[in-house]
Amino acid sequence: MITLESVKKNYSAEVTIGPIDLTIPVGGVTALVGPNGAGKSTLLTMVGRLLGMDEGGVEIAGYDVATTNSKDLAKIVSILRQENHFVTRLTVRQLVGFGRFPHSKGRLTTVDEAMISRAIDFLGLEELEGRYLDELSGGQRQRAYVAMVLAQDTEYLLLDEPLNNLDMQHSVQMMRHLRRAATELGRTVVIVLHDINFAGHYADRICAMKGGSVVEYGTPEEIMTDEVLTRVFDTPVEVVDGPRGRLAVYY
Amino acid sequence: MTAPSQDGIGTATAAAPTPPRRSRVPKARLFTWPLLLGLLGTAALVTLSLFVGVYDIFGAEDGGHMFVVTRIPRTIALVLAGAAMAMCGLVMQLLTQNRFVEPTTTGTTEWAGLGLLGVMILMPEASLVTKMIGAVVMAFIGTMVFFAFLRRVTLKSSVIVPIVGMMLAAVVGAFSSYIALSTNMLQSMGIWFAGSFTAILRGQYEPLWIVGIVIVAVFIVADRFTVAGLGEEVATNVGLNYRRVLLIGTGLIAVAAGVVTVVVGNLPFLGLIVPNIVSMFRGDDLRSNLPWVCLTGISVVTVCDIIGRVIIMPFEVPVSLILSVLGAVVFIILLLRGRRRV
Amino acid sequence: MSDPVESEPVETAADGGESRGTATRTTPPLPAIDPGDLPASPATTAAAADRHAGPLPNARARRRYRLIVAGLAVLALVLAFANLAWDNPMPIDTQGFWIIAEMRSTSLIIMVIVGFCQATATVAFQTVANNRIITPSIMGFESLYAVVQTAAVFFIGAAGVTAVQGVPQFLGQVALMVLFSALLYGWLLTGRYGNMQVMLLVGIILGGGLGAMSTFMQRMLTPSEFDILTARLIGSIANADASYLWISIPLVVAAGGALWLSARRLNVLALGRQTAINLGVNHRRQSILVLLLVSVLMAVSTALVGPMMFLGFLVAMISYQLADTHDHRYVFPMAWLLGFVTLAGAYFVLKNIFYAQGAVGIIIEIIGGSFFLGYLLRKGRL
Repeated sequence: MITLESVKKNYSAEVTIGPIDLTIPVGGVTALVGPNGAGKSTLLTMVGRLLGMDEGGVEIAGYDVATTNSKDLAKIVSILRQENHFVTRLTVRQLVGFGRFPHSKGRLTTVDEAMISRAIDFLGLEELEGRYLDELSGGQRQRAYVAMVLAQDTEYLLLDEPLNNLDMQHSVQMMRHLRRAATELGRTVVIVLHDINFAGHYADRICAMKGGSVVEYGTPEEIMTDEVLTRVFDTPVEVVDGPRGRLAVYY
Repeated sequence: MTAPSQDGIGTATAAAPTPPRRSRVPKARLFTWPLLLGLLGTAALVTLSLFVGVYDIFGAEDGGHMFVVTRIPRTIALVLAGAAMAMCGLVMQLLTQNRFVEPTTTGTTEWAGLGLLGVMILMPEASLVTKMIGAVVMAFIGTMVFFAFLRRVTLKSSVIVPIVGMMLAAVVGAFSSYIALSTNMLQSMGIWFAGSFTAILRGQYEPLWIVGIVIVAVFIVADRFTVAGLGEEVATNVGLNYRRVLLIGTGLIAVAAGVVTVVVGNLPFLGLIVPNIVSMFRGDDLRSNLPWVCLTGISVVTVCDIIGRVIIMPFEVPVSLILSVLGAVVFIILLLRGRRRV
Repeated sequence: MSDPVESEPVETAADGGESRGTATRTTPPLPAIDPGDLPASPATTAAAADRHAGPLPNARARRRYRLIVAGLAVLALVLAFANLAWDNPMPIDTQGFWIIAEMRSTSLIIMVIVGFCQATATVAFQTVANNRIITPSIMGFESLYAVVQTAAVFFIGAAGVTAVQGVPQFLGQVALMVLFSALLYGWLLTGRYGNMQVMLLVGIILGGGLGAMSTFMQRMLTPSEFDILTARLIGSIANADASYLWISIPLVVAAGGALWLSARRLNVLALGRQTAINLGVNHRRQSILVLLLVSVLMAVSTALVGPMMFLGFLVAMISYQLADTHDHRYVFPMAWLLGFVTLAGAYFVLKNIFYAQGAVGIIIEIIGGSFFLGYLLRKGRL
């Protein structure tokens, strides 16, 4: 499980994230939601050890992210942020292949190749496998990066707004796959989402942040209510019963 | 203003809308007390500059003559060059929305130097005006090259921009050095490229007054530069002829940089230090910052020149060396302050 | 539709166990594809073995790479021999011929070394800086070297140039440049505010500041002193002293070798800070290490032949185009070959066709600089 204890980061005199205490149990999908500037991405980045914290600590599966060797952490937790600006000439398959680096340090075995193929197939990238990254659309590149993280094959996956560049079909497929990874394989997925409805439908737990603190944390049943969502997002939200579950209406 | 309606769809609801009340925004007054104080301070520095120097203008025989022939022109040159280069830096920063951009960090002065070198080689007997034209033309080309590069960079405010700008400056500088080397002019080039007010004499510096026109022009057109700096799309959207404004801006920069380079030499980092110091104290209000940028530019150059005259009297340290050191320090401090904690 | 090979659970971490306990897998690996979720994909009948992620994506790319490397190698040998043999006044079968060839061979060895240093250093530097419009030369090595040379002449006079020659002085210059870089990296890349781009810019500024000091001192030299100085300030193979070779070669082999061996890690660093950390690479520590090795290479090259600002940039740019891969294991050798070919070729052409062998450094700078401008305007992308 992921444990956050009094995690705090001071950006400036006015802007502070935290202190945050949070426990995310093993398995399932946890969604981080909230208005702009709430600190969701910052929090995720600190959990994934891409950013240092000023106070407090984070433990993933018992390993302290601040003191554990990054090499070991890379086999337990993987984090994907917004698409990076890339310099090199990489094909999709080569990029996904990097996901195996923590395990094989760049020397790919047949096992690695099989896992790479699987990750590529899961995201429907087989036809694009040999294409260079700069020849792809933003959404396709996004999927390639997610495939890389999948090939890394970690128990914990941290994803920062992975649906940003994806169209409807691919967004749904992505969430479905993450859902399956959590349910069937026991992975723990923490995902920052902008669309509250995706969170409500696919997540086991929703953690709502606002102004740098966690304001709500519970199951979709508890969070997807008029009162809670209106309070969190500062805009009138009505929750209705849709054909597949609750739907937040805020247009 | 009517409150946004809760039913979602914007409607002109029942009640007749009341005319919007125009809120009172106090117009920043141009001539405020601090500005007058600044003016006085600068005037004091300038007067000081008139009386600092090796030659004893009061005691010696032709002291009065020297005063008129060297001191006054030198001081006038300080005022003009300081204000012009500071404004140049400001214009470039407005057009690129990047705080570290100015003629020496983007290669403009190097291009001007190349132009000057070219004229010196091709027409050794050229007049001051011819040299200036050569320098201005090359500076114009160089600034356009830099802006052409900038259009492809997505994150204009990043630190990458001055990095590439300085690489560009290094390339052009290398070209000039090698041309000068092969025509045996390297040492001379080093001398007149290094900015110095030592050689300013009456009769030889008058063309510098051209930059006075540049300064006035910037006062008039500055607002348009700000809008252009927001990008071609935004600018066109508000009805600004983006290309024309860019060309005007480039032209003004080229003229100022070219003329100052020929008459005075290279004044490194001046266009970087001055606007940044001014906005550190006064924020980013362009309109009221303009006179301060001028005054601060004049003051900085005057102080540096006075130091240069005094520090190893009777010899002089060229202003460019002092400005290099000062500018480097200020630049580094600015960079360090802007870092984010990781 | 063949089922991909069922893989065994990944082995536990075998890296010395510095962490608390080993990272064992508790969940099984991904199962086979469930056709229900995905759109029908046509090409999954391809056997698993056909799909692999080599550094050169397909056979055509591999062939192309081998051809280019072979071609460059041949060219390198031809140029080497040409430099030794062309216009050699002695007939080829006399002993005199080989004596002259031996004298020329020193220049060749130096070209090999300098080509290696500049090529390897620039490629590695560009990777770590995540930026292809930059070269390590601009980070103050050249300026520091120029200051030392200028100060020598300024304070001691024309004899100053010889005063800074000799093996201890050579090592001193190398050490000075490496120390300067180490201080810069230590100051700006470590700690809570470590930032690569700021470090690069500060390095450039400091280089500029040092350059201003050199220029100031240069103004005050007599023209003859100045001439002697400029001879040292332009990159020139002829400047190099063969007596430095016995110390340069081990340094270069050690530093360059370390970089070549880290090629896989460099590939990961090229992906950017966040991806690299995600994959378990200590981005900060590795970057500093690489930069220090780059400093050693640049320092040796500069102390050996003087400043060569754009050679590395030119070579790196062309090697990326020719190798057409992200993998440093393939780019490094290509770059080295290109570096040597460029130097030897320029030297040969300028000496024998234009009779201007002193201008090699200059011509390379001008060509490299033009490539830089062209690249900037055409591509603009970093």
